[in-house]
Amino acid sequence: MIPKPLWLLAELTYRCPLQCPYCSNPVDFAGPRFRHELTTEEWCRVFREARALGVLQLGLSGGEPTLRPDLEELVRAAHGLGLYTSLITSAYRLAEERLAALKAAGLDHVQISIQAADAALSDEIAGTAAYADKLAAYRAVKALGFPLTVNVVLHRRNLHQVEALIRLAESLGAERIELANTQFYGWALHNRAALMPTKAQLDAAWEVVQRERARLGTKLEIVWVLPDYYERYPKPCMGGWARAYLTVTPAGEVWPCHAAGRITTLRFENVRARSLEWIWYESDAFTRFRGEDWMPEPCRSCPRRAEDFGGCRCQAFLIAGDAAATDPVCALSPHRPLVDAAIAEAEGHPDAWTYRAAPASRALAGAG
Amino acid sequence: MTDGRVPRLHPKVRLQRDEVRGRDVLLYPEGLVVLNPTGAEVLRLCDGRRSVAEVAAALAARYGGADVGRDVAAFLDGLAAKGLVLYDS
Repeated sequence: MIPKPLWLLAELTYRCPLQCPYCSNPVDFAGPRFRHELTTEEWCRVFREARALGVLQLGLSGGEPTLRPDLEELVRAAHGLGLYTSLITSAYRLAEERLAALKAAGLDHVQISIQAADAALSDEIAGTAAYADKLAAYRAVKALGFPLTVNVVLHRRNLHQVEALIRLAESLGAERIELANTQFYGWALHNRAALMPTKAQLDAAWEVVQRERARLGTKLEIVWVLPDYYERYPKPCMGGWARAYLTVTPAGEVWPCHAAGRITTLRFENVRARSLEWIWYESDAFTRFRGEDWMPEPCRSCPRRAEDFGGCRCQAFLIAGDAAATDPVCALSPHRPLVDAAIAEAEGHPDAWTYRAAPASRALAGAG
Repeated sequence: MTDGRVPRLHPKVRLQRDEVRGRDVLLYPEGLVVLNPTGAEVLRLCDGRRSVAEVAAALAARYGGADVGRDVAAFLDGLAAKGLVLYDS
């Protein structure tokens, strides 16, 4: 039986004042594919259809979702449907009054990114002076009584700050901190050599996480997203293809995860032309890798296949050139040497990266 | 021994009916639990005043006096370990 979805990530816009070089948005976010953002009405219809399908958790993301002037209206509609709503924001210029209005509209939870534990490094990584706004927003979020998640993407330049980041989240009274090691898609893949951490950095940070988890217990939940290039087996990506999760992009395309749009061998549908229900149950993009029938060896006979679902289809496409291949991260994959080569190539690579911004996006898309 | 701890849901958690699945669910930041009917009943009895023993007694009264004290405590402790239930003393 096909499971019902639980999660919807609504990418309301790809516009963003921050320029983080690890952004998971498509490299061609500034191109025509994403240009015509869904209207308020269209998003409200998407939320209704999602709830009727079984979705319970809604992430309002981007880009920077607070750039949508109708955000309060969207939150009100989602809350009225019984969705648990999370705002995923950079908090750039996010005033306390706006947060209070979102609270009144029924927003349940706020997740605010930070790029590093100190202003200089955080602003350098973001490419925008946003640190002071973030600290003010963290305090406003707690003053308004929201549960707060502090989100940090980890990479070579900030992994040494894991302890300081946990202490910062603790001092703010956050419920959760997500320490998300960079997953190499979108801009992060483009900047992979400049972001790739060393094994020694990861080992040191992991030791801190274990120690701090023991100290903090349930007071602060510390989520550690694995650096999968350094793992022996692949991540159970999205809990399996099209089993629990869908992403709707700013112009209405529906993807099984927020990176799937890069797989050129899949056909993606748009909420402007199709119902979410048809897309979930019938569309090529959602049915192609659902279940186990698509699996090649070594996955097909692997006892781990019900645990990791063969890993990530996007990574298979991006590294092995075939979305139906075993995730190249897996030690059993014939493509694993490509992952090892990427790690080796990053050693001693200068830190220069390309910031995520519209001109760079257009240039990269033009270059193919 | 009477379990006098007073359980309540963490403020970040919402207990809600999911009409699509015909089940009650707990919703919280980046997570959810689909509850079985008894679990949902236990949580609806946790009003911030009843102790664990009183919740168990109220549940037992609905089921012919069955001894459910240990099961109720284990269920609530499991949610407390996830940070979803708090105890006041």
